Amino acid sequence: MKFGTEIVLLSLFAFAALVAAGFGVDEAFRQHMWVLFFALVGFNAILMRNTDFKLAAPIDPAAYMDGPIRYGAIATVFWGVVGMLVGVVIALQLAYPHLNIEPWFNFGRLRPLHTSGVIFAFGGNALLCTSLYVVQRTSRARLFGGNLAWFVFWGYQLFIVMAATGYLLGITEGREYAEPEWYVDLWLTIVWVAYLVLFLGTILKRKEPHIYVANWFYLSFIVTIAMLHVVNNLSMPVSLLGSKSYSAFSGVQDALTQWWYGHNAVGFFLTAGFLGMMYYFVPKQANRPVYSYRLSIIHFWALIFLYIWAGPHHLHYTALPDWAQTLGMVFSIMLWMPSWGGMINGLMTLSGAWDKLRTDPIIRMMVAAVAFYGMSTFEGPMMSIKTVNSLSHYTDWTIGHVHSGALGWVGMISFGAIYYMVPKLWNRERLYSLRLVAWHFWLASLGIVVYAAVMWVSGIMQGLMWREYDEQGFLVYTFAETVAAMHPYYVMRAAGGAMYLSGALIMAWNIAMTIFGYQREEDPMPGSIDALQPAE
Amino acid sequence: MGLMDRHALIEKNATLLLVGSLLVVTVGGIVEIAPLFYLDNTIEKVEGMRPYSPLELAGRNIYVREGCYLCHSQMIRPFRDEVERYGHYSLAAESMYDHPFQWGSKRTGPDLARVGDRYSNSWHVQHLTDPRSVVPESIMPSYAFLKDRPIDVKDFSMHLVANRRVGVPYTHDLVVQANADLMAQANPDADTSGLGSRYPKARVGDFDGNPQQVTEMDALVAYLQMLGTLVDFKNYDEAVGYR
Repeated sequence: MKFGTEIVLLSLFAFAALVAAGFGVDEAFRQHMWVLFFALVGFNAILMRNTDFKLAAPIDPAAYMDGPIRYGAIATVFWGVVGMLVGVVIALQLAYPHLNIEPWFNFGRLRPLHTSGVIFAFGGNALLCTSLYVVQRTSRARLFGGNLAWFVFWGYQLFIVMAATGYLLGITEGREYAEPEWYVDLWLTIVWVAYLVLFLGTILKRKEPHIYVANWFYLSFIVTIAMLHVVNNLSMPVSLLGSKSYSAFSGVQDALTQWWYGHNAVGFFLTAGFLGMMYYFVPKQANRPVYSYRLSIIHFWALIFLYIWAGPHHLHYTALPDWAQTLGMVFSIMLWMPSWGGMINGLMTLSGAWDKLRTDPIIRMMVAAVAFYGMSTFEGPMMSIKTVNSLSHYTDWTIGHVHSGALGWVGMISFGAIYYMVPKLWNRERLYSLRLVAWHFWLASLGIVVYAAVMWVSGIMQGLMWREYDEQGFLVYTFAETVAAMHPYYVMRAAGGAMYLSGALIMAWNIAMTIFGYQREEDPMPGSIDALQPAE
Repeated sequence: MGLMDRHALIEKNATLLLVGSLLVVTVGGIVEIAPLFYLDNTIEKVEGMRPYSPLELAGRNIYVREGCYLCHSQMIRPFRDEVERYGHYSLAAESMYDHPFQWGSKRTGPDLARVGDRYSNSWHVQHLTDPRSVVPESIMPSYAFLKDRPIDVKDFSMHLVANRRVGVPYTHDLVVQANADLMAQANPDADTSGLGSRYPKARVGDFDGNPQQVTEMDALVAYLQMLGTLVDFKNYDEAVGYR
């Protein structure tokens, strides 16, 4: 019977959730278990409606398994729009505090929803679906483990739903980018190990002798995130039927563990994984081989070795011992080189195909992504210098830096990969509209420029106002005055974010129409048809 | 055979690639984090640090729950302007019982490491209820709902036990008294002599102005009022504490 085991297991888990909803020791946990119960029951209902007592048709073992990837592409676009929308909302809350609706929609609860939404829901789904797409095609092998890929996909969506609803209910560990509580963390660990088995198993059954460079990056991303996630989330639950837990470490040790995790969520989730994406989709879209094989080897090993050390630069001048701060700074500066190794390898792959920038907005998107990667991996090492950091830390400059990387690099390379994959996954001749891609590109690029520039100005201004003295040796500004001075920048930042969001909405429309099989009748991109020849 | 050719071995063996990259990424953490657990001078020797009282711990949990750390740091850096604005720079010892740490990474609002004893209880309640009524420039959300929520604890001693399991020195006596201490600290009429000896410097009183019940507002204000007040800086030697 199709889905027989799944339906039984889901029913059991739903029942367990119901029991936990009844006997939980705190209110938030009981509410959270109701959410889990309804999620499981809803999913089970879908499975039951699709069950069948006939035997499933035999699967061609040579064919690629693209079902979970199609779902993943849709989930990427969906969560992307949701995460960015929450981002615009909290940006507006900072400009207009009356938009806070206590208790569920206060800034403090929505902000983790935004960060987890864009990093783990949007970025995570993009990594999940592209990695499974790439590993099959570069290994010439079907995904390992039968329905394991479906488990990974749906298990990951359940993690997202539980994390997101938990934030709104006030369930959090209070660790940036690792907010989900202990039971959600345990669930993610199971899903993540399954993902590792799925990915590694597919590589092991490959028919190509070499493991393609994109897969090195994906593999190191998966295994490192497993390590970081497990260590950083070690905690002691108050009760097995309660939402609250206390982290295993305290104070200074806890701080460095968290930022070891936090910076490598950037280094491995948002960098190594997306470099894997770059190494497959940029050469494919440009129809050119990767620029340098040697460079890819050197920058791969250098990048993963150096990144892990950079965490302490989030703790400059804090109570972290000085030796650790200095070590973190030195390695952060060294990290500049392997980062640019990746940028050079990506950009130079376009050698001989630069003309495509004029005619192919998808290539334009990917090149912009790599360029933003280069910019933010220069800015990062610079901000990790202690003198610079003394000004930039605690200000919006950091927020601007993160967004030039996240919107510019992570966002743009994911959009490029989605635009490349979707027509192929659904056997469409082409996208619904290339001109809409061009619109998306310009809205996104302008949005980033506005966002980053505004945050530079506000961050540096804020840092300078905090430390400004008058000639008598008194501080010039109260803290409240510096808050008031931020208002115009917060309004402009929200506008930049809204531009970026509107680009993503255009993408959602374009992707949906492509999946439905429509093609927009439109003039070709300017320059893509040779100019008319003058008469002889 | 050059080094680059030898790399082909790794490229053809997924297990080697997996183990190799895992080894490479563990080094940094081992060198940087592990010593913090055994180097004696990581945490300064100070006088006055004690674990949180039950009411303060309950308040701290609300601070974490509402994501206050996303806009408020609790880490004063050793700069002239920060020390003048907020007080003595923060020591590692001051967060030694913090599971998790709440140093923060952004100051959308001011640092709170030493906000304790700076304002009155009623100022805090008014500010949390309607921030712009006391600080017109503020962009903080309102937390008026805390006044209406009684503290959601059936048995608070479980929280102390969980903390003890991760290393906070809550004695058996403190665990047994947890529920009574929690209620007593927010009740101006209670006998708090035992509380005072178990948690020196603990502030006692009706924090939220509503003596009928112990609310989340009581707990949060009790926590804010003790922040940064424990360490006795008269007896602290900077030269010895420097690491």
